[in-house]
Amino acid sequence: MTEFTADPPVPPGPARQRPEAIRAVPLHHPWRWVAAIVVVLILAGVVDTFITAPDLHWSVVGQWLFDSRILQSCLVTLYLTAIAMIVGVSLGALLAVMRLSANRVMSWVSWLYIWFFRGTPVLVQLFFWWSIAYILPYLSIGIPFTHIAWTASTNALITPLVAAILGLGLNEAAYMAEIVRAGIISVDQGQTEAAHALGMRRSLVMRRIVLPQAMRVIVPPTGNETISMLKTTSLASIVTLHELYFTQSQISLFNYRIVELLIVASVWYLVMSSVLTVFQFYIERHYAQGSVRGLPPTPMQRLRRMLFQFHDRQATPSELLANVAGSRRGWRR
Amino acid sequence: MATPMVRAESVHKNFGRNEVLRGIDLEVAPREVMCIIGPSGSGKSTFLRCINHLEKIDAGRLWVDGELVGYRERGGRLHELPDREVCRKRSEIGMVFQSFNLFPHMTALENVVEAPTRVKRETMAVASERGRALLDRVGLGDKLDAHPRQLSGGQQQRVAIARALAMQPKLMLFDEPTSALDPELVGDVLNVMRDLAHEGMTMIVVTHEMGFAREVGDSLVFMDSGAIVEAGSPREVIGNPQQQRTKDFLSKVL
Repeated sequence: MTEFTADPPVPPGPARQRPEAIRAVPLHHPWRWVAAIVVVLILAGVVDTFITAPDLHWSVVGQWLFDSRILQSCLVTLYLTAIAMIVGVSLGALLAVMRLSANRVMSWVSWLYIWFFRGTPVLVQLFFWWSIAYILPYLSIGIPFTHIAWTASTNALITPLVAAILGLGLNEAAYMAEIVRAGIISVDQGQTEAAHALGMRRSLVMRRIVLPQAMRVIVPPTGNETISMLKTTSLASIVTLHELYFTQSQISLFNYRIVELLIVASVWYLVMSSVLTVFQFYIERHYAQGSVRGLPPTPMQRLRRMLFQFHDRQATPSELLANVAGSRRGWRR
Repeated sequence: MATPMVRAESVHKNFGRNEVLRGIDLEVAPREVMCIIGPSGSGKSTFLRCINHLEKIDAGRLWVDGELVGYRERGGRLHELPDREVCRKRSEIGMVFQSFNLFPHMTALENVVEAPTRVKRETMAVASERGRALLDRVGLGDKLDAHPRQLSGGQQQRVAIARALAMQPKLMLFDEPTSALDPELVGDVLNVMRDLAHEGMTMIVVTHEMGFAREVGDSLVFMDSGAIVEAGSPREVIGNPQQQRTKDFLSKVL
């Protein structure tokens, strides 16, 4: 039986001695060095200008970085990101399935939703939900043709958090719908046919065969959307939600240290988005199973392999570097 | 005479204005192996896909095991069958595709047990016991946990056959099962199919493998432009074709 892993057959004949390994003098690239030095010098200059700016007080940054109000607001930002994304992904998946449905009305409604929510600025949408009490002072849900109804004041219902979730989540759903739809379309038609031929029903085919494969296409852009959402939550300051951006701007209103507090906020946004990037790596790796021959190594695996190689057979420094940098060639085990 | 496993009466199919099937009449008896040959675009694959209702026919009648495919006749009119019924009937017909179409996110064994556990609601223990036996039978007892990407084309196609057999079908449809394979790997797949034929499985095989058609097939159908040009025993059709079109085709493939 022929296996993919079989080595090519050794041609018969008298064994010949392997010629000496090539040890050529490497080609020098002087301009690479020049370009690198110029770029580093420019970067250093720019950084130095900002760090040593006469009126920038780093001590103020340090003083506020771990302030309890700032930390609290980071949690609000994370919470809002998570809820808005959950709303976005669930509603987006529903919209994608509707869009691909054989039912024309479903498909049309989904198209309309995407058209509307993608076509208007998210800032406008946020402010719209926040201001909805101006046109609908009371919201009520009732059973038609009866007097059974449940009514609430819109002002009490639409808190800053609810307005932010509605604004960001509903907007996100329009984008997620397109991402999920792209994922579903990317799965080979033959998969659906094979599943139907086995007697699987439509919903089962979607759940067991199509969606798990679509995830490989859906997950990476969803990760980007999540990181993007983390930063877009700063727009929720317009509905006076006490998230990171709103909180830092409130503080700087009192102490006038505007740039210092912007730096504080930026540090936390960077920390949170970096953490999300790490999550994204592991989730993508999970869904790549079965679709690539070898999975990319995790940073821990790379570190272990590097140490192992060093003990095993005195790896050259360039090999070690290639491993640390995670060169793609290293994926195949 | 026993009910034919498949009976087609003047089956027509068109995609838009393009007539793909123009009146197919044939019968396949239980335990019969019928091979269908013909140039590409002759409608062989489309006909096969009509048998398990992956395609709807536009005119004529098609029966599997005495029951109409996709419809129910009541009061002199045809009524479309509900999804549930179509799926139940499909589950009794196995199909093997040219491009394998294994589920890449599942291992070989998971591919094989998926439909029995989810469609027939067999327990995992029962399904995986039979799944192991089937994979063993197609020579892949040591590849249970391999993902399709880790298997060669011939191995993937044998998993696909095992997957279809796991539903214990009464009829197997093969749509050019060896056309996408390296010549070296064709033999393994044909051997599995030959064994299946000897065990009495009813099979319809669309193929370009003349050797297989002559040796294993009970009947041979030559199709061109959506119609049956010539049909009969493989030896007669291949050895002594009556129609000029058949002669031309055979002279090119033999």
